[in-house]
Amino acid sequence: MLNWNLYSRGDKVFAIVVSILIGMFTIATLYPFIYIAAVSFSSGFAAQAGKVVLTPIELTTEAYKYILVQPEFWISYRNTFIYTIGGTIMSLLFIVPAAYALSRPQLMGRRFFNLFIAFTMWFNAGLIPFYLNMRDLNLLDSMFGIILAFAVNAFNIILLRNFFESIPQSFEEAARMDGANDFQVLWKVFVPLSKPAIATITLFCIVARWNGFFWAMVLLQSEEKIPLQVFLRHTLATLSDDDEFAITQLEAAYSAETVTAAIIVCSIIPVLLVYPWIQKYFEKGILLGGVKE
Amino acid sequence: MLMPAIVWFIIFLYKPMYGLQIAFKDYSIFRGVADSPWTGFEHFETLFSNDQFIRAFWNTIKISALNLLFGFPAPIILALMFNEVINATYKKTAQTIVYLPHFISSVIIAGIVITAFSPSVGIVNTVLGWLGIDPIYFLTKPEWFRPIFVGTGIWQEAGFGSIVFLAAIAGVNPSLYESAVVDGASRWQMMWRITIPSILPTIIIMLIIRIGNVMEVSFELIILLYQPATYETADVVNTFVYRQGLQSGRYDFAAAAGLFNAVVAFVLVMVANTLSRRYSRTSLW
Repeated sequence: MLNWNLYSRGDKVFAIVVSILIGMFTIATLYPFIYIAAVSFSSGFAAQAGKVVLTPIELTTEAYKYILVQPEFWISYRNTFIYTIGGTIMSLLFIVPAAYALSRPQLMGRRFFNLFIAFTMWFNAGLIPFYLNMRDLNLLDSMFGIILAFAVNAFNIILLRNFFESIPQSFEEAARMDGANDFQVLWKVFVPLSKPAIATITLFCIVARWNGFFWAMVLLQSEEKIPLQVFLRHTLATLSDDDEFAITQLEAAYSAETVTAAIIVCSIIPVLLVYPWIQKYFEKGILLGGVKE
Repeated sequence: MLMPAIVWFIIFLYKPMYGLQIAFKDYSIFRGVADSPWTGFEHFETLFSNDQFIRAFWNTIKISALNLLFGFPAPIILALMFNEVINATYKKTAQTIVYLPHFISSVIIAGIVITAFSPSVGIVNTVLGWLGIDPIYFLTKPEWFRPIFVGTGIWQEAGFGSIVFLAAIAGVNPSLYESAVVDGASRWQMMWRITIPSILPTIIIMLIIRIGNVMEVSFELIILLYQPATYETADVVNTFVYRQGLQSGRYDFAAAAGLFNAVVAFVLVMVANTLSRRYSRTSLW
């Protein structure tokens, strides 16, 4: 549609200005990451002196050495994988069958159940009753509690239900003719036909789990159960409040800031690794959710 | 097949709604939700005479208003600009990069902000130093909290938010542009006379959704970025609930604050949905 050769002079100027603005915004988006990476590989002294701008100053990996020898770091990293994988599987086990059932016109009380689920998107009891409920259920400081209590949300069910509804009825009828029951219809017909939608939801679950921090911080007390994000938060809090750390490490090759930056880099790397793979799904996913929210 | 999910909803979302009654009770851990004595609206009376709560309420509104004013147009402008980029590779690369921050956790975002704005290390103060300006302790200054918070929000979400508008732009009838080209219209004119009017319904729907979510500021990030020195401008209802309830153990009082927030939010969503239905017949449910 856009054809440079048909552009008037004014159009060309406009296109160039826009491209430059886009470039600036892109660089502004990227820059903080480059800056953090540069800080993480700089010496504590150079970072303290505010010398780091774009590239590492007095290149060193001391900050990484400081982090990578801490067992808590590796434990929290492992925990994050457990929460992400376990939580995502748990989510799919609830969401996929529920979305299928809700998409069937023959479901009794379908309107009621739809409303029952959608209502939770618009009204929720809030932090305190949720917390007290978790305590009453004996799910405080429980890894299983974290995995179970955040497994389902209305939005993902509705998103997948919408997709299932768009699958022609004839597919199901054909499978029924062959004597398939509900589970077989779901597993052999709907799931294979809905791979993009299920991939999208899986992606949403993975991202939410990987980044989940607030409730993990509130609900988990044991050091050996916390995920990476909470470990990061603890480290951030203790490092930035701890003047002593800054002073005693002044001559050392790392400082509170370079260590913080190193942890940030360590926790972003997995996201960057899967990012190209997930990108093709999320654009689609956003639009699926927008069709009939 | 629906039942596991329904049971889950009852246990984890509807049962806490039953637990909300502690907002009207003198809650004691030992007596539990049901057996604690009723106190009527006592907590709400305390709440509305509590300066910190009133402040938190207005801070919520103000931060949301700023988000609306600056954060809402940003992805629209970005989408319109992406639409004008001619080189497909350049466009794709830029999109890939600007979507990325959406996938980064609030803890990391906070870590980046804290490092970048730090008085000794931070790049922001380094640059100010070049200009001969003394270091500013940004994160301890109440007047800087909202600009930093809203700016961070734009940095993180503008790119990802543009996807919806780009999709709307992709849906515009190409023949409109073709006839505009025949009429000798410039790209700038086409943007104002064709693209923007065509995506106006999407813009209005997204605006209505935003208005429905006014009470929802990303309080996770606030918890990570604020400190007592900045409570004055940074404390919102949810962070107030968090401190009063989860940190100080005043569960009943905090639940009352949370309930007030949830009711206001619910009313806003209802109003938004009615508006949406009237405007576009695509109601939110």
